[in-house]
Amino acid sequence: MNRFLAKAAVAAAAFCLMITAPAMAAAQDKLGGTLEIFSWWAGDEGPALEAMIKLYNKQHPGVSVENAAVTGGSGINARAVLKTRMLGGNPPDSFQVHAGQELIGTWVASGRMEDLTFLYKQQGWMEAFPADLIKLIGTENGIWSVPVTVHRSNVMWFVPANLKKWGIQAPADWNEFLEIAPRLQEQGVVPLALATNWTANHLWESVALASMGADRWDALWRGEIPWTDPEVVKAWELFGKVLQYTNDDATSLSWQQATDMVVDGRAAFNVMGDWAAGYMNTTLGMAPGKDFGWSASPGTGGVFMFLSDSFGLPVGAANRDNSLAWLALVGSRSGSDAFNPLKGSISPRLDTDLNLYNDYSKSAAGDWGRDRIVGSLAHGVTANEGFMSDFASVMEMYLKNRNAGQAAMACHAIAVKNGIARR
Amino acid sequence: MADLSRDRWKALITLMPSVVLIAVFVYGFIGDTIYISLTDWGRGAALALDPQINYIGFENYTELFTGFIDGRFRQDMVNAMFYSVLLLAGAIGLGLFIAVLLDRKPAGEAVLRTIFLYPMALSFIVSGTIWRWLLAPQGGVNVLPTYFGFDRLQFTWLTSKQTVLQFNWQNLLPLLLCIMAAVLVLSGFGCLRSRPRRAAWFMGCGALLGLFVAVAGSSLPQALFMEETHGFNLATTGIIIATVWQYSGYTMALYLAGLHGISQDLADAAQLDGASQFAYYRHVAIPMLRPITISAIIILSHISLKMFDLIFAMTGPDNGATGHPALLMYLTTFRANDFAKGAAIAVVLFLLAAMFIIPYLVSSYRRKRRGY
Repeated sequence: MNRFLAKAAVAAAAFCLMITAPAMAAAQDKLGGTLEIFSWWAGDEGPALEAMIKLYNKQHPGVSVENAAVTGGSGINARAVLKTRMLGGNPPDSFQVHAGQELIGTWVASGRMEDLTFLYKQQGWMEAFPADLIKLIGTENGIWSVPVTVHRSNVMWFVPANLKKWGIQAPADWNEFLEIAPRLQEQGVVPLALATNWTANHLWESVALASMGADRWDALWRGEIPWTDPEVVKAWELFGKVLQYTNDDATSLSWQQATDMVVDGRAAFNVMGDWAAGYMNTTLGMAPGKDFGWSASPGTGGVFMFLSDSFGLPVGAANRDNSLAWLALVGSRSGSDAFNPLKGSISPRLDTDLNLYNDYSKSAAGDWGRDRIVGSLAHGVTANEGFMSDFASVMEMYLKNRNAGQAAMACHAIAVKNGIARR
Repeated sequence: MADLSRDRWKALITLMPSVVLIAVFVYGFIGDTIYISLTDWGRGAALALDPQINYIGFENYTELFTGFIDGRFRQDMVNAMFYSVLLLAGAIGLGLFIAVLLDRKPAGEAVLRTIFLYPMALSFIVSGTIWRWLLAPQGGVNVLPTYFGFDRLQFTWLTSKQTVLQFNWQNLLPLLLCIMAAVLVLSGFGCLRSRPRRAAWFMGCGALLGLFVAVAGSSLPQALFMEETHGFNLATTGIIIATVWQYSGYTMALYLAGLHGISQDLADAAQLDGASQFAYYRHVAIPMLRPITISAIIILSHISLKMFDLIFAMTGPDNGATGHPALLMYLTTFRANDFAKGAAIAVVLFLLAAMFIIPYLVSSYRRKRRGY
């Protein structure tokens, strides 16, 4: 009899626990179901995304997060997959996109994004982010994405010990580089490591910025000077001179392999965005400032060419509440600080904790507050997808025939076609 | 009689679903693609739920072939031409060679056959990635000699920037007319013995056309207002090597089946007549394999028009030197959001494939009607 009572008591207690436990969890967080995060962070940027997903799971244990990452540098493959999914009426709950015209020209123009202004007001982000940034990711009809990173595009990477060995210094402008380069070649060193084709676009924007200056660069994208302007032709000519000192096998390398060339001492310099710092620091375990060094790419000191990764909310997302919770985390200080130190980017927020970041990121964050800021072409800030894709074709033409005048004319034609330049 | 019509009904009902499905999902979609290629879908809000689409006629096609900013497409077309010719020559030549060797029944023939056929089983992405590593300038094949104490090779299979056999796209019209003249003269030679009157007619037309181009070629309208040279990019060598490797095993299997089908009596008769092994293959066996060669050409040429994943894996999507129209169609449609132009490229590819396949279908249909 006693034993029966004891059993009954245990069963009753267990029953109560079964009923109340989910109720208690629900009191903390009533979100459940799934959340699909779509991105192209599958390679060396993977750990940073994982860190943020882990944080999300801590806050919302009821939600199972699906990491739908599609590989491919600069998101070529991911964007194609995203388009078929969006057109097929099966959008992910939230997707990574380059902030700026790449998002606005494609998805906002098509009316497939939700306005996030209410979230900005609710979370107090109008003050947390720089006003210039909010202007760039919004239109007069709303704000369209939540930025999580700020990257610098115009950085030149090198290994200080190697430069000392070869008896050179990081060049301050491209003329200086063109003087150093033949000496490096004599020693059997590739002066400038280059990789697959989008990195040529990346190099081009740094060279063009140096050749034209920040004011003309901005005017170009506002359609105020034509692409056939002599200054633009001059930029293409300078680009051609710089290309002479790059490796022959560029087209078969990934950007990481080009960075490896600098790390191994096969090449002296590499112009790449500051995700290269994340690669060298997080993946290769090198110490910034000691094992690898950096400077603004030649001739662009005092100018910060930026790009930003952000997340948006597509119209018709299956798990909208989970997605809003994700966006709240993405824009929060804790989310930003979990993600950026690992990826090698800096936080777009003004109140970030700089102690979490490495020496490189600290210096970049300092420049972000001080320098003139311009947008990147290769990473979607200044031009829409149509122009970017056509520009890749123009670049191919140029890499083949090295005809500066023809490239400038072709650029003008595609700028008119894609609504950037006037006729 | 009643039985017959009932059978017909049954057959009709059985076939109906597939007829409807093919009508919609193959021919309907082909028609839709052709229609889209005649519109301007791809401006501004191309991805909207209800995008604005206007009919613009053949503008997309004119731009592709003569527009200033579509040089990439023309380069890719030239690349595709070289891919096709060299893949055909390489895979058929190598396949036939291996097949003849195996036909002599060497020891372990079955094992060798499997080994040669095996590349067919690999996916293009896998074999493309392997070949990219093998042909990389800094590694793979090029470093092999260093294991034996020699210098590194300097082959740039995939990254060469050299172009040979260049021609100017401005002269498109005279070039096309020249090719037409050559085809006419050659087909004239082809039927010289069987139908001399038709041969004379063909050759006369060809000669006239050739004469016209030679005299008036420079006054023909030019396709472009400025010079644009295209040619055979040496960077495509690596891709051609990989494709030939992948498909020569397949043609070998086709030829081997054909060779095994030749009756032993013929070989014995040839031997009795004193023919050497070489003469047997040269004059007896290989001429009998003509139908196999034709089907190999049909299959390989449409494969070469569809090449996509191998190039994507080996040299990446944005590589003009090794580009291919199929790849460009994907980039134009899904990256640049220019659906109309993407559709136009697709239609051009479709017509090219039809150019190979329709004559084949017509000739096989005729052969059936004549009863052999």
